Amino acid sequence: MSGPSVIVVGAGAVGAACAEALAEEGCRVTVLESAFPGAGATGAAMGHLVVMDDSEAQFALTSWSRRLWAERAASFPPAMEDVACGTLWVAEGDEEMAHVRKKAAFYSERGEPVEVLDGATLREAEPRLREGLAGALRVPGDRVLYPPAAARLFLDRARGHGAEVRTETRVEAVGSGRARFGGRWVEADAVVNAAGAFAPRLVPGLPVVPRKGHLVITDRYPGFLRHQVIELAYLKSAHTLTRESVAFNVQPRKTGQLLVGSSRELVGFDPAINPSLCARMLRHAASYLPDLTHLRALRTWTGFRPATPDSLPLVGMWEPGLWIAAGHEGLGVTTAPGTARLLADLLLGRTPPIDPAPFDPRRGMPVHA
Amino acid sequence: MPERVRFTIDGQPAEAGAGESLLAALWNAGRLAVRSSVGGEARGPLCGMGACFECRVTIDGEPHRRACLERVREGMVVIPRASDRPGPEGPAIETADRASASRWPSRGPERPIGAEIADPSAPGAIEAPRDDGRAREPEPRLMTDVVVIGAGPAGIAAAVHAAEAGARTLLLDEQARPGGQVWRGDPPRAARAWLDRLERSGAQVLAGATVVDAPAPGELLVARGDRPVRVRFERLVLATGARELFLPFPGWTLPGVVGAGGAQALLKAGARFDGRRVVVAGSGPLLLAVAAALRRNGARVVGVAEQASLARLAAFGASLWRAPRKLFEGVGYGAALAAVPYRTGAWVQEARGKGAVDGVRVTDGRREWHWACDVLACGFGLVPSLELPRLLGCATSAGAVLVDAAQQTSVGGVFAAGEIVGIGGASQALATGAVAGLAAAGRAVPERLAARRVAEAGFAARLVRAFALRPELRDLARPETLVCRCEDVPLGHLAAMASAREAKLHTRAGMGACQGRVCGPALAVLRGFAPDTVRPPLVPVPAAILESEDALTAPAGAAGGPAPRTG
Repeated sequence: MSGPSVIVVGAGAVGAACAEALAEEGCRVTVLESAFPGAGATGAAMGHLVVMDDSEAQFALTSWSRRLWAERAASFPPAMEDVACGTLWVAEGDEEMAHVRKKAAFYSERGEPVEVLDGATLREAEPRLREGLAGALRVPGDRVLYPPAAARLFLDRARGHGAEVRTETRVEAVGSGRARFGGRWVEADAVVNAAGAFAPRLVPGLPVVPRKGHLVITDRYPGFLRHQVIELAYLKSAHTLTRESVAFNVQPRKTGQLLVGSSRELVGFDPAINPSLCARMLRHAASYLPDLTHLRALRTWTGFRPATPDSLPLVGMWEPGLWIAAGHEGLGVTTAPGTARLLADLLLGRTPPIDPAPFDPRRGMPVHA
Repeated sequence: MPERVRFTIDGQPAEAGAGESLLAALWNAGRLAVRSSVGGEARGPLCGMGACFECRVTIDGEPHRRACLERVREGMVVIPRASDRPGPEGPAIETADRASASRWPSRGPERPIGAEIADPSAPGAIEAPRDDGRAREPEPRLMTDVVVIGAGPAGIAAAVHAAEAGARTLLLDEQARPGGQVWRGDPPRAARAWLDRLERSGAQVLAGATVVDAPAPGELLVARGDRPVRVRFERLVLATGARELFLPFPGWTLPGVVGAGGAQALLKAGARFDGRRVVVAGSGPLLLAVAAALRRNGARVVGVAEQASLARLAAFGASLWRAPRKLFEGVGYGAALAAVPYRTGAWVQEARGKGAVDGVRVTDGRREWHWACDVLACGFGLVPSLELPRLLGCATSAGAVLVDAAQQTSVGGVFAAGEIVGIGGASQALATGAVAGLAAAGRAVPERLAARRVAEAGFAARLVRAFALRPELRDLARPETLVCRCEDVPLGHLAAMASAREAKLHTRAGMGACQGRVCGPALAVLRGFAPDTVRPPLVPVPAAILESEDALTAPAGAAGGPAPRTG
């Protein structure tokens, strides 16, 4: 190992993936994690691997990342709970169906195989969906997995390349080429702030805010659902930065459980369950999947998505010796492998395979509402 | 001849006595194993009282129902094997079986839950439903001065005293009838007096009711079957009782290995043990009571292994003169257990058998011996059920809720009584329950009651000392021994885990249906893990319950707001 020394702050999916990519490139990597791997947003996340079309940049990062995931899928340990279930973007009426066709064209033009389902075909594909839906866009290449296991997998591979991982180690401050923990500064050639929603605590001025979400998981009902199903209007909810909102997003887990989302709120770091929002989220999900109402809910929890004003993550240099890999909102698990490669290329002075400019942490951005 | 009920098990006709629990009916039909685990192991009941979730079966097409909480009914269709395993081979639910919509629990209007309290003189008048844009049935809303959670001795004493003091009082319990675990089935004379007094007191009883959440100050979300009920209150008395502590050892997941209290609960629910060879093991005063009850019911008790040493037990016995009411609990066992080997300082190292237990390896640390048996009834004492107190934010210490002289917790207006303030048995529960009930009704506590409360607390402390767990019990489980029975997680997977939350996220231990009720206390003993955060739902309930209407605006001065929940 003759490469530069790098301190990675945070062992969520993104930090762990960065650690792996950098260690693989010969960097001398130290990961500092305040709790344990995947304890933050990663541990609360749904774990979808989805190609998204909100912007060209988002499509580029998500499709590249999902391909990197798929290349590894054969070697996943069982704990990854990987399911190649595909996504159904469900359209309620004709207006949304028109949107489905536009979306289909966007994906197809960029080489992502998709399929347009009419109402009848949709019901064949997912008989538990309510009658009367207009149709859906199927993205067969999408998958779901178990995010904490992903963080652990990245870290294990990083360790295999010589990385050191320190858990229960809270970083108090970072600067150019240094990080302070346990009251003393430690130097490195580079520091990567991958602290998710907590990244601005170490680098004030980073445009990242916690966007709270609720999830509910049921007991095991294998066969209830085959695809992850998301309402087409999901992005409407995803773009609402001020109000609280819910969107229909349900996944079949490998265990046979159903994971039910989603909600979005801007309430700081208050982790309390909001019973009325949780109820609204469940009612909304049941308006698409009526039988969901009868399934036993085992647990509810909340988590904090690290959100940026333009819905793209911050990946790149902040100042010499201080790098950022944060602000992935709900796509940190999806884009962890691409983020890590992008960051490693930039940090090592190489040209990455996708345009890094849209992810530059210093890019001009609208101010958070 | 008691009335018989006909039902089917896996399509085969079966019969049971009316009044038996479904679990007892399955047991009596020879089904010691009632489900298969996520790893494919055959499993039978452990706790017998709704905490372990090992008796989950599919009833009338609805999976994941606890057989111990169901009364067997005429025509019931029971599928015991009900695998949780995913994949095409899993029986699971009948996918897209829309023709048999009745397989799902009915939401039709034929189930007037809450109607029994629609009496205008009752504490909770039912309010009109609010329209949320979807067709829904009225969601009963009950309003009361004092709500008591748990209808064991502590809860009954609290409800009686609160109601007799003039407070509108509502008593909630998960079981079908009041009495708690200790007064279940055929209650003793003293218990009947309390149950009669409860009936006369004017307190309303809501049975089959499970608290799911405390969504706002002064409000509880309660599930009755698949229906939500909201309860608004001014004062809350927690009397949620205790459950058995189970420690993992090789073979403890074999069908036929039940709790000591579990065996007693099975007996009370109508399970027959006649002719069965039973080993009773673990720790605590319950073991002798269970052994005696099993003998009375025709079981052949092979032996009793109490892990506490004779020296500690002798010291405890000598201290009983300070608590004379306890003595009656000990008499009568002598004759019943005359011929039964009673080993102190002895514990089960391993349960053996193929498909079901057929014997146990017992040791006293020096020697080892084998007892052949059909059932091992093994529990290591009781642990308070603290899920609801912790959800409400009540401070705890050493695994019990902290209370002041009026049994008030750290949360204003929330009182606690019985086993959750320290394991001390029925008379401690009655004493603390009486104090809590009076205090919750705003009455002063008479000196006599206050003194009894203090004496009982001393007894509880001596009990803990006498039956303190020996360190060897922490080393019984091997790396391959399962710790989490819901998710089939072996101890070895937890080696690198530093907390309950890390273990949960990285090994699935505690992620299953029992929500860590079994493995949580076990890991506290084995690894010193503090319990993970409590979040709603407090027990798995149909999503319909959580979907129900928004929280009401809390009345001024109401108690029991939700604590911050993290994780």
